Amino acid sequence: MTEILRTEGLSRYFGAVVAAEDINVTITEGEIVGVIGSNGAGKTTFINMVTGYLPPSAGTIAFDGSPIKGLGPRKLMRKGLSRSFQIPQLFLELSVLDNLSMALSASESRHLEMMRPVRTPERIAAADEILTQMGITQYREEMVTAMPQGARKLLDIAIAMLANPRMLLLDEPTSGVSTEEKHTLMDTVMEVVKRRGLTVLFVEHDMEIVQKYVTRVLAFASGVVIKDGPVEEVLADAKVQELVTGKRRGKNIETQEGGA
Amino acid sequence: MGLQKSEIMLVAAALAIGLLSFVIPDWLAFTTTLAIASALVVLGVVMLMRAGLVSFGQGLYYCIGGYAVGMGGRFLGVTDALLLIGMGVVVTVALAMVLGLLLTRYREIFFAMLTLAFSMILYGILVKSHNLGSTDGFGVGDWTLLWFDPEGGKGSRTVLWLATGVGLAVALFLNRYFGSSMGLACEAIRENEVRVEYMGMSRRQILYINYVIAAAIGSVGGSLTSLAAGHVDPTMAYWTISGEFVFIALLGGTGHVAASFIAAMIFIMVRTYAVELFPNSWQMILGIVLLMIILFLPKGIWSLFTRKRRVAS
Repeated sequence: MTEILRTEGLSRYFGAVVAAEDINVTITEGEIVGVIGSNGAGKTTFINMVTGYLPPSAGTIAFDGSPIKGLGPRKLMRKGLSRSFQIPQLFLELSVLDNLSMALSASESRHLEMMRPVRTPERIAAADEILTQMGITQYREEMVTAMPQGARKLLDIAIAMLANPRMLLLDEPTSGVSTEEKHTLMDTVMEVVKRRGLTVLFVEHDMEIVQKYVTRVLAFASGVVIKDGPVEEVLADAKVQELVTGKRRGKNIETQEGGA
Repeated sequence: MGLQKSEIMLVAAALAIGLLSFVIPDWLAFTTTLAIASALVVLGVVMLMRAGLVSFGQGLYYCIGGYAVGMGGRFLGVTDALLLIGMGVVVTVALAMVLGLLLTRYREIFFAMLTLAFSMILYGILVKSHNLGSTDGFGVGDWTLLWFDPEGGKGSRTVLWLATGVGLAVALFLNRYFGSSMGLACEAIRENEVRVEYMGMSRRQILYINYVIAAAIGSVGGSLTSLAAGHVDPTMAYWTISGEFVFIALLGGTGHVAASFIAAMIFIMVRTYAVELFPNSWQMILGIVLLMIILFLPKGIWSLFTRKRRVAS
């Protein structure tokens, strides 16, 4: 398999605070990788550095074999690296169709048109297609403000996909979504991901979701990758259980209580 | 590319003004010309407002347009109105391209104050320029239109037709622009700059182009005003004039290009009658009107039409 993303010694410091340190990760094309870790573990910092939102303090990032450190979101997007956000980044006062038409227009050319309507028949057809795939066609003409959180998450991801990326980074795609909706949302997203043959790296707190959808996991703690490997192996790791999933700590407490 | 329904309405309105110009009195022809000229500057303010920016310095370009007409005739001997307007646009675009590099880095109050500062710098320069009449300004010479000498170079009807034609062209352009990728990108920037960048668009480039176009349109408004009034003075760049354009923009709203023309006409009529009826307190009348608009029509006069359409549907 072809290597698509490689980070070496990737670090980010905020003064004396270590947000991420010496992150060495290689991701091959087609992989679905989960990123886990407790709050403040460095997951979002990692995603933000890779997608040009945050400049790294040290280290290198290569996408598809070429260095991308220092490149801004626009250039990265054009290279095929797209992302969604923990809090959906949408144009709230515009309709869903306008949000998508805008994304399609931007992906077609660097220079925006001044006289041609943004809603062309081709863009409307492409927007309808992604809305159908995401199962949110009912909101087509609605303002984004009228959409529930789950639908907004799907729209955010749909916009990221319209850039025709090769790799998609999803920052907590199920946060703020009800437990019942989480699996439906992820089923929808993963089906579209498979159909488009994308490489995905996504941050997730829900271990059920992680177990169900990913093949490989990066476990973060205190800004460092403490374990990288197949999902079962990482989740069974004692250190991961202690620092990330909390299972071991719970077990210990129970044991201590039992012992007493 | 056929005309849209709203564009047909704009053409019809322009034709109606053209026909009415034969029967309306001179003062109304003059007032209508000033309203169209102001509306053009206001459209520039609206373009910026759609991108989330408020300019308190659009008087800068309004003044440049006006002085280009005056100086073109006085120092260069140019008399053709279209050429004079074109000169104003060239100077404006050149300046806006420089200032835009700085201004598009700023947002909110910082953008507003910087635009105000630049217009006040021009005001200060003009006030100190004795060759240009200092605070009194100077008279605009007789002008021609395509080498035709209308009404002895002072024609209130001709300048109304010219303003109507130019106003229609700008309105048709902006109607398309607002619905285009570029126009919508400005609204997108107002909504979420992060997403704009992650869609692969350059927010600074979009704001820059938008700013330069808004400036050029403002200059045309200034040129038409000076052609109609036959006089230019530094108050064109004064901050209260820029404030008036923001006032009219709020009055009309950003919903449609026609809103700026309607609001400009209402503003000028209200001001004219307020000055006539309450010479010592006309500013208070304008203040009350603005307060009522903000309270009852926060999206401007145009929201009356959209509200009616929503109720009907």
